Amino acid sequence: MSTRASTLTGRIMSAPSIIVLFLWMAVPLGMTIYFSFLRYNLLSPGMEEWIGTLNYEFFLTDPAFFASLANTLLLVGSVLIITVVGGILLGLMLDQPIFGRGILRLLVIAPFFIMPTVNALVWKNLLMDPVSGMFAWIASLFGLPAIDWFTNAPLTSIIIMVSWQWLPFAVLILLTALQSLDRDQKEAAQMDGAGPVSIFFYITLPHLSRAITVVVLIETIFLLTVFAEIFVTTGGGPGLATTNIAFLVYTQALLQFDVGGASAGGIVAVVLANIVAIFLIRLIGKNLDN
Amino acid sequence: MENKQTPLGYVSFSVFAWIVGLLIFFPIFWMVLTSFKSELEAISIPPSFISFDWTLENYVEVQERSNYFKFAMNSVILAVGSTLVGLVFAVTCAWAMAFNPTKRTKDALLWMLSTKMMPPVGVLVPIYLLFRDWGLLDTRFGLIMVLFLMNLPIMVWMLYTYFKEIPTDILEAARMDGATLPKEIIFVLLPMAVPGIASTMLLNIILAWNEAFWTLNLTTSDAAPLTAFIASYSSPEGLFWAKLSAASTLAVAPILVIGWFSQKQLVRGLTFGAVK
Repeated sequence: MSTRASTLTGRIMSAPSIIVLFLWMAVPLGMTIYFSFLRYNLLSPGMEEWIGTLNYEFFLTDPAFFASLANTLLLVGSVLIITVVGGILLGLMLDQPIFGRGILRLLVIAPFFIMPTVNALVWKNLLMDPVSGMFAWIASLFGLPAIDWFTNAPLTSIIIMVSWQWLPFAVLILLTALQSLDRDQKEAAQMDGAGPVSIFFYITLPHLSRAITVVVLIETIFLLTVFAEIFVTTGGGPGLATTNIAFLVYTQALLQFDVGGASAGGIVAVVLANIVAIFLIRLIGKNLDN
Repeated sequence: MENKQTPLGYVSFSVFAWIVGLLIFFPIFWMVLTSFKSELEAISIPPSFISFDWTLENYVEVQERSNYFKFAMNSVILAVGSTLVGLVFAVTCAWAMAFNPTKRTKDALLWMLSTKMMPPVGVLVPIYLLFRDWGLLDTRFGLIMVLFLMNLPIMVWMLYTYFKEIPTDILEAARMDGATLPKEIIFVLLPMAVPGIASTMLLNIILAWNEAFWTLNLTTSDAAPLTAFIASYSSPEGLFWAKLSAASTLAVAPILVIGWFSQKQLVRGLTFGAVK
């Protein structure tokens, strides 16, 4: 099938996409790397000079970097645990015969389609507001004091909002994987007297392992760059309490106009994301061979 | 775990599952409900669930005071525009990769995927500066390009997995009958590929509609879509919950419907074919 002519056609037809993607990624990335070695502030144009790795030294020794790195890891880790565990439980639930299951599934996956700014502002105001929010009212029903979420537990609030948004993603993928589980195998195990718990740990969970890996890797890539939820609710504060790496780079670039420092931060973010990306690409590459 | 065979078990498990499902859906339900309240009722404690004066004034006000329609149009233009541009590039690319593969095809696909792994903050600074110098900040054209490029790897991947499923025998048969390449694409391939192309478009529209990094950073007013419009409620004046809810409901409604229709294809697109 792959004659020389068809190979050539194939190259010509796939070239435009590859070229535009290359320009979109490689050129700006190259510029970011170049900027990261410059003293370059938008407020003092024409003063750019080569300063070697000084931007990296500043960025990596800045207490704000450690705070935001810790926040990033906490945010990613917590959301991953919540969505994967919740996703498995909800996936198992939706895999059972339920009255009106199709509609119920639509309700459960709905949060995934809500745009991040809406998600953040609805949660911050309608639900988490310490005076008029739904949670404050529910707490008062039990005679408990209302929690001022964004003052006392800002990062937790962000984690809750982001988890709510990504839970459906985990559910969708794990449910799809569950539905491809071989029923005969489960029935055979039941005949042999295996209880639901051992079926789960010895049959269901191993079957899900690949899907779980995919969920973890893909979510990590998106969660490393959570931005809008922080942008519209806390603005990174109070202090640095909700500043993640993505938000720190944003403040340095577009609020402090420190192009050099922000570029160094951007490269650090790229390196972090690539650590995850390598695993994901290997996994998907293997899948492509089958 | 097939122990829900008894009618009682079925009913009680259904009730349990529906309670869980409704709790997860509650924020959206509450947002829609609040959008029909007056501002005072929106913040009242205890909250009113049904017995309030249902009103549409928030929807009217959102349009009159902040020109909602302009932002909605921008969202539509950006989402549809970037999808159509992406389709032209992605269909040809995925077609070539699926039917005329070379030794490098796999590497090219994985490389495309890897560009998707790049965190946007890594290229925020140069893109912002280039856009500023080229006068593309706050233009629809600039954002369409960004959204198109951002989602191009997903589109190529998704179409590739669909095209791979089309039996090549049919194409060979068409070639034997003397079909030229354009004819082969238009009369043989496209009809079979339409479902895949449609769901790729839907996923891309969802992703572009909800994109909130570039749209927030590269727009101020002229090209600002709904993500930015909603973000403007983060520093409001006076009572605003009902209006926020009305604006939010309008902003998420179309995409929620599209999302519900394409939920199965979503899995394939978002996992790059790793889970089907």
